[in-house]
Amino acid sequence: MSVVAAGAPVPDFVLRRHDFSRFTKDDLLGQTTVLVFYPNAFSPVCTDQLNLYEEVLAELAAQGATLYGVSCDSVWAQKAFKEQLGITIEQLSDFEPKGATCRAFGVYFEKGGMPTRALVLIGPDGVVQWSWEGEHPGVLPGANLIFDALAARPAA
Amino acid sequence: MSGLGSAPLPPLDADDHLLGPATPGADPTDVAIVYADYECPYCAVLHARLVRGGGRWAFRHFPVRSKHPRAWAAACAAEAAALQGAFEPMHMALFADQARLEDPHLWARAERLGLDVARFDADRRSEAVQARVRRDFTSGVRAGVVTTPTVFEHGRMRPIALPDA
Repeated sequence: MSVVAAGAPVPDFVLRRHDFSRFTKDDLLGQTTVLVFYPNAFSPVCTDQLNLYEEVLAELAAQGATLYGVSCDSVWAQKAFKEQLGITIEQLSDFEPKGATCRAFGVYFEKGGMPTRALVLIGPDGVVQWSWEGEHPGVLPGANLIFDALAARPAA
Repeated sequence: MSGLGSAPLPPLDADDHLLGPATPGADPTDVAIVYADYECPYCAVLHARLVRGGGRWAFRHFPVRSKHPRAWAAACAAEAAALQGAFEPMHMALFADQARLEDPHLWARAERLGLDVARFDADRRSEAVQARVRRDFTSGVRAGVVTTPTVFEHGRMRPIALPDA
C-alpha cells in the first residue's frame, strides 16, 4: 500500500472534527487542502512537525491552502495534543472505524496500527495534486516540500 | 517558486553572526552554520559543546513559537543587542539561563551588558529586527530545516547526536 498518487480523485472518507461532526470529501471541494497524516499524537516527531507547520500557516493561507492534521487518535486525544502544543491546526480523527480513511488514502501502517507519515495536497476539484510518504515514521518532511508542491500546481 | 519553497542554504554574508575565535589561516567562510533557538534545551547543549570546542561557527535563528513561546522574543533581543554591537554577549547571556526569557529578564540582560535599554526595547520590537529574525527562519525552512538545532557544514546538513535534554 502506498499513498494516493497525484492525478487520482480523493477517495470517499469520513473523519471526525473536534466537535465530532463529519469531515468528508465534500469539505475539500472549492479549497486547496493539505492533509498531514501523522502517526501518533504527543510523539516527538509529530510534535516537531505540527509545531513547524504552525509557524508557516500564514504563508500557506497566502497560497490559498488550508492544512489539517490527521491521525488515528481519538478526538479527545487530538484536542489535548492541540492544546498542549498551542497550535491552531485543525485536527481530524480517524479513530472509528480505526484507520478507514488512512487505508483509503493508502497511508495506514498495519504493523503499527497508525498512519505512516504522509502529506497529500488536494485541489479544489477534489483531485490529488501531490503526495509524499516518508520512508519511515521518523522522517519529518520540511515545510519547503509543501511550498514546492503548491508552486508546481497547474495554473487555475 | 513561493517564498518558502526549497532553495540552497544561503552562504555566509556580512550580516551573519560569527561566534568563537577565528582559526589563523583558515578560510573565514568555511564554518559550520547552526540553526537554533534560545529556548531549545538541545540548542543549549550544542552551544556549550561549540564553546568548549573552541572553534568558530555562524548562528542563525530558527524560533518555532508554538514549541518555544519565548524563542522569538529572545531572538529579537539578540538582534536588538546586535544593533548596539553586543550580539555575542547577549547570545551567551541568553543561552546561559534559558529559564529566564521573559521581558524583564531581557531588560535585565541588556542593562547588565551596558546597553541603552530603552533603545534595546524599541529595537527588539521593530519591524527591521523582526524581519532579520524571519529572514534566518525562512532561509532555514527553504534549506529543509525541520527542527533545532540543525547544523550545516560545507552547505550540507550534518546529523548531530545530542543527549536527551
